[in-house]
Amino acid sequence: MAEVVKFGRPKGFFETFERRPGSIKKNMSYCPGCGHGVLHKLIAEAMADFGIQDKTTFISPVGCSVFAYYYFDCFGLQVPHGRSAAAATGLTRANPDSIVIGYQGDGDLAAIGFNAFMQAANRGENYCVFFVNNAIYGMTGGQMAPTSLLGQKTATSPYGRNALTEGYPLKISEMVSQLESPVYVERVALTTPANIMKARKAVRKAIQINMEKKGFAFVEVLSGCPVNLKMKPADMDKFIDENMTKYFPLGVYKDVTAEREPVVRPVPTFEKADVEKALYRELPGGDQEHESCDSEIFNRELRIKIGGFGGQGVLSLGLIMAAMGKYRNLNVSWLPSYGPEMRGGTANCAVIVNKGPIGSPIVDSNCDLLVVLNRPSLDKYLPELGENGVLMYDSSTIKEVPAVKPGQKAIALNTGDIAEEFGNLKCANAVMLGAIGAMLTKHYLTPADAAKFQETAEAAIAECFAGKDKIVKMNIEACKLGFDKMQAAL
Amino acid sequence: MEYSNKLLLKGNEAVVYGALLAGCDCFFGYPITPASEIAQTAAEKFPLLGRTFLQAECETASINMVMGAAAAGRRVMTASSGLGISLKQEGVSYIATMELPCVIIDVMRGGPGLGNIAPEQSDYNQITKGGGHGGYKVIVLAPGSAQEMCDFAALAFDLADKYRTPVYILTDGVVGQMLESVTLPAVSPRRESPEWALDFKVNPRTNYLTSIYMEAADLEQVNIHLNEKYALIEEKEQRAEEYLADDADYILAGFGICGRVIRTAAERLRAEGIRAGIIRPLTLFPFPEKAFRKHMGHVKSFVSVEMNNGQMINDIKLATDCSRPVSLVNRMGGNLITVDDVVRHVRQLAQGGK
Repeated sequence: MAEVVKFGRPKGFFETFERRPGSIKKNMSYCPGCGHGVLHKLIAEAMADFGIQDKTTFISPVGCSVFAYYYFDCFGLQVPHGRSAAAATGLTRANPDSIVIGYQGDGDLAAIGFNAFMQAANRGENYCVFFVNNAIYGMTGGQMAPTSLLGQKTATSPYGRNALTEGYPLKISEMVSQLESPVYVERVALTTPANIMKARKAVRKAIQINMEKKGFAFVEVLSGCPVNLKMKPADMDKFIDENMTKYFPLGVYKDVTAEREPVVRPVPTFEKADVEKALYRELPGGDQEHESCDSEIFNRELRIKIGGFGGQGVLSLGLIMAAMGKYRNLNVSWLPSYGPEMRGGTANCAVIVNKGPIGSPIVDSNCDLLVVLNRPSLDKYLPELGENGVLMYDSSTIKEVPAVKPGQKAIALNTGDIAEEFGNLKCANAVMLGAIGAMLTKHYLTPADAAKFQETAEAAIAECFAGKDKIVKMNIEACKLGFDKMQAAL
Repeated sequence: MEYSNKLLLKGNEAVVYGALLAGCDCFFGYPITPASEIAQTAAEKFPLLGRTFLQAECETASINMVMGAAAAGRRVMTASSGLGISLKQEGVSYIATMELPCVIIDVMRGGPGLGNIAPEQSDYNQITKGGGHGGYKVIVLAPGSAQEMCDFAALAFDLADKYRTPVYILTDGVVGQMLESVTLPAVSPRRESPEWALDFKVNPRTNYLTSIYMEAADLEQVNIHLNEKYALIEEKEQRAEEYLADDADYILAGFGICGRVIRTAAERLRAEGIRAGIIRPLTLFPFPEKAFRKHMGHVKSFVSVEMNNGQMINDIKLATDCSRPVSLVNRMGGNLITVDDVVRHVRQLAQGGK
């Protein structure tokens, strides 16, 4: 049984406040009659009694309690105005075994930090929050708080708070208790000894919920600020007991402690085998690591552009070609058009393949291979075709033979019709892939590389449509079909 | 099952892979184009390893979650794009002052305002000069490929730990969206909580982290300490890639996607007989002044190639004491700079004898 402290300083405080600069090391920085000292004491006493100081981080907010870390003998973190709940989330997620105490005033929690606070409560973050509601801004000198009462005169509501202009005082306990996640919500007041004893019980309960990892616990504390409310301490208590509690009734708003199970967070792994399994690529078999390409066209950047309508598989045709390059240990880049342009109906992507490093991944000139699946793309990208470039196009959508410059080649295949006949128009891009293979085989690939084309295409298609066996099979067949048709036509 | 470490990844995916391999424990972020694949990849991969992914309610919350996890001694990261980064800056100022290590990725898009989602590089000034309130700086790395997005994640965490500072990975929408071959590095072992962390497993409870110093003398000392650290970083950590620079008459400078464009442009200019080379800054703070100064003697002029209103150009002028002309090739609004744009510009310089 811990030693019962009747008088004097709870063991949860430092003996002397060495973190405090200047010569005053024994006293707190709060004004006479302020509630912070009492609440600090209740928390410090609970921490010491529960023996949790080594595990506890106390989060100091912005407000009068900004220096709370001077006093509490535990870890301390001082955070930006209103961000206590977000910082607490980071702390408790990073280290689920730690005890985290949030401590916020009415401006910090209910105004600037309201969203962060409500979201953390709604996620049921495993930490406890003590909310000091004194109906006024203290640190900045008596401005209106979100919890200032109607009619209350403050530095920024000199004519009294008016519901029509400033809205009503925010009832935080009532709101939080409506959420599913929070475990325990109570409003207490630091006025009479009986009320302070209730507050003490609430503080201990909230911390205990945190220790048991049951989730989010919240205690709203009606507290005095005689200096900024311009009251004598005795009148201060009367103001709280008579005026504030009328609008902010005391009591337990929610308590589901008994039925809550502890929050269990996963244990992170850093084991080599686990990380490799999660990130590395599974090799379906075969020695890909030593694959290589000896065809001359890969000795410099092979610059490819593919254009068509959205939905024609323009981007995936590019992805498959990029993956094929990777399987043959070439450097590749694939750059899509992204965003509204893509959603608006046209799509294009640039693919570059090279044995050496790839410079700019943008293909807007000197294109070696231009693949177009619709008319607008032909008009748009044909000027980008390089001196000896090859144009491949779908003659089922582009009827007239495009006028290419001397040295350039235009090769047509009715890929759309072939795909439709094959049974799925969506495979037109795979038909085109096969056609490209046949064209490369005839003009550019070494026999060894040509022999590998189909196998590499199959592996790339399987990778790009991983998990969709039917689609993989269909695309592989369509690719073969395109290859054969093109070979016959060339 | 056999595994291969050779993958095809978007830059945005690669940086998450790199971070996980470097032992990143937590990710907190908010979706934004063109950085969303970072959060999406993190959402998929972090839980596979029992690590923390959390989609925050807003950018400000996400950076403060980063603060909490960094304070707890964990390797932690977040990612966004320009306007989201603007919202994070308050938190970054606190984190920099408390000297907490963390990694922040900015995949830049068109600005100002809501701008657009096309690639730009207009956060250069915001990020390299600190970004938030107060006189702090952050280390800024500038990857130009998916491979570097992956590799710089580990470098960013190491530098963040070494100097106890936030480290930015600053890139553009092109590098983020581009898919390239990536060879994944080896798995790093877990980095234990540092001695300053709020972690009871390794440290006594004497630690506390704060950024408020009411005494002017104390706050000045904090600033002096931080600025000494920044001077050390400027001395030790400048990084740049040079290519064809040693005999160059014209040195092109660009980072991110522009670093790729100028490489191709320099090769084309060389083929035309114009001696062009490049300096591609890999760190933007510290700015690689040494690399620029080294070539001041033989260079006729420098060309800054940027997708913004001309921001890095000022750092080149400062680095070279304005001893050589520095001209600008730029596009804004999300337009890409073409190799032709750069080649034409340098050709004109050469014809004019400048």
